[in-house]
Amino acid sequence: MASISLKYKSKQGSLTAPGDVDPGAMIPIATVTVGSGGASSIEFSSIPQSYEHLQIRGLGRSTIADTNDFAIIKFNSDSGANYTYHYLRGDGTSASAQGSGYGTSDYLRSAGFISGANATAQVFGTTIIDILDYTNTNKLKTIRTLTGKDANSNNADGRVYLFSMLWGSTSAITTITLTTQANWAQYSSFALYGVKRAGA
Amino acid sequence: MPLPSTLTPIATNTLSSATASVTFSNLPQGYTDLVVVINGSTTVDENYLLRFNSDTGSNYSDTRITGNGTSAASERASNATYIRFTAGTHTNTGVFIVNIQNYSNSTTYKTILSRHNIAASNVGAYVGLWRNTNAITTITIFTSSTTITSGSTFTIYGVKAA
Repeated sequence: MASISLKYKSKQGSLTAPGDVDPGAMIPIATVTVGSGGASSIEFSSIPQSYEHLQIRGLGRSTIADTNDFAIIKFNSDSGANYTYHYLRGDGTSASAQGSGYGTSDYLRSAGFISGANATAQVFGTTIIDILDYTNTNKLKTIRTLTGKDANSNNADGRVYLFSMLWGSTSAITTITLTTQANWAQYSSFALYGVKRAGA
Repeated sequence: MPLPSTLTPIATNTLSSATASVTFSNLPQGYTDLVVVINGSTTVDENYLLRFNSDTGSNYSDTRITGNGTSAASERASNATYIRFTAGTHTNTGVFIVNIQNYSNSTTYKTILSRHNIAASNVGAYVGLWRNTNAITTITIFTSSTTITSGSTFTIYGVKAA
């Protein structure tokens, strides 16, 4: 039986100085918070290729003249019909599911359920996106998303979603772009984290 | 030079006896998000519930989706005095992970995203809202009338953005 000791695998090899501490397995890479003028997109570029997975955590609101909107994610600026998705949705009344073959990310809109301009001002949608094995050039890229917005209302303005999305490319992900169907509103904020592989 | 820590354990509470509630107070405000990880059960089948800053007003709401192996369902609670973040048969041990996003900002209402897995019962996902812009300094987890089982574990982590 093959075995491996995991005792020191979470430690960095270079931790020698007395003041050094184990930084853990999740490292903050960058944060974008939208200012008073809004923003057409939120972009993380030149993403380090030294992690195993990525996670995006954030809250968002768009300027669309509606109560709800969806966040859109693109990888490496690919606007082609190279994305597929499935989701499970709860709207407070019923559960439903949907899926799609390859389409554009603009059409699929599967990176977050967020507020539009007509929602109560302080209500933002939140989302947690896991991007697995993002540097692997042998696999198509899979992401999963937990997202939702609750509005203390009895209509479909409150929803929770579980998304799975595929980007049909084996390219390593170096750029992530988040948009809405309009612009990002002030105070929208998204943070990118890297999740280290063992021994890294 | 070490990289900055992101997922930092703040406190852990392993119950040595059945307890009505678990409270994390004086939460540090230096993180971006909080994550509460629970492995536990209740002595009688009831949901785990959540309040912030000891606010007992009708300022909470939640929307959930659950699946019990046969069917999926969705429910909502509005103008509630707590956020529900579990469902199912809670006398069976489950895993509950609660993400509390941007808990320290003073601009937005506070939203949680949660997942629960009770292998013997069901799975679910939740979004919950606290209609208050105050920074969250205290989190109380409780059940409506019963107790949380001895041995249940509660750990809260801070997630710090760049």
